[in-house]
Amino acid sequence: MQIPYTVTTRPDTGLHNAKLGIWLFLASEVMLFGSLFSAYILLRVAAVEWPHGSQLLNVPLAFINTVILIGSSVTMVLSWASLKMKDFAKYRRYMGLTILCGFGFLVVKAFEYGAKFSHGLSPAEDLFYATYFTLTGLHGLHVIGGIIVNTYFWGPGSRMWDTEPERFTNRVEVAGLYWHFVDLVWIFLFPTLYLL
Amino acid sequence: MEHASQDEIRKHVRTYVLVFVALLGLTVITVAVSYMHLSIVPAVIVALFIASIKGGLVASYFMHLISEKKLVYVTLLLTVVFFIALISLPLLGYHDTID
Repeated sequence: MQIPYTVTTRPDTGLHNAKLGIWLFLASEVMLFGSLFSAYILLRVAAVEWPHGSQLLNVPLAFINTVILIGSSVTMVLSWASLKMKDFAKYRRYMGLTILCGFGFLVVKAFEYGAKFSHGLSPAEDLFYATYFTLTGLHGLHVIGGIIVNTYFWGPGSRMWDTEPERFTNRVEVAGLYWHFVDLVWIFLFPTLYLL
Repeated sequence: MEHASQDEIRKHVRTYVLVFVALLGLTVITVAVSYMHLSIVPAVIVALFIASIKGGLVASYFMHLISEKKLVYVTLLLTVVFFIALISLPLLGYHDTID
């Protein structure tokens, strides 16, 4: 059975189904991260002492990661724009760059985690490290998820461009909405954990 | 028509690059402000204010919220209401004293 409204908009919603689907999913993601932010506020306000993030965490590395993730958001949206302009080769380049940036972010994060673990610092250390590892760990899992989806659309999934170009363009747009959300979460995580 | 829409996309691409530059600038400002060692309340206000501008730019331009359909706005409005409720939950602790 053909999935309906993948290209045309559904009359009652005014959207194609994937667009509505991803926004509903992102709404649930807002609540997921929101619950952890809420827990963070509660723990921090209730704590007798709370260290300044920059004293314990590596701000320059997190700054580099912020730039990488913002850059990947731009290449992601440019990959979609390339498809809109019917330039598949350019799409592949921009999507490839987005994936590389995703891996770059994880490599930097791995260095950060590695430095902490090598000093015996784990989530069990104290409340600060527990929240730091939980929040950045969940965010990191989202980056991994995004890389998997983007790699599929860069590789085997891109065959759809030959048969159903509009549907494929919509798929890339939806994957992009998710990727931008992951960037957006980091935009708030970075100052919250590292700079306050 | 097809060409017109491609021209539109080209304009969008210029906007995306400008937003990218603005995001980089705001990130530098965020870090610079943190080195001013403000006390915690103004520091939180400034950091969240800049983060909100950055988040707004990403949502408005990269996620196209500046020109989206009504149902997406309705969905997000509902999300914002529940998000605010969730973030406000710790405040209930003030009224939950054990005496």
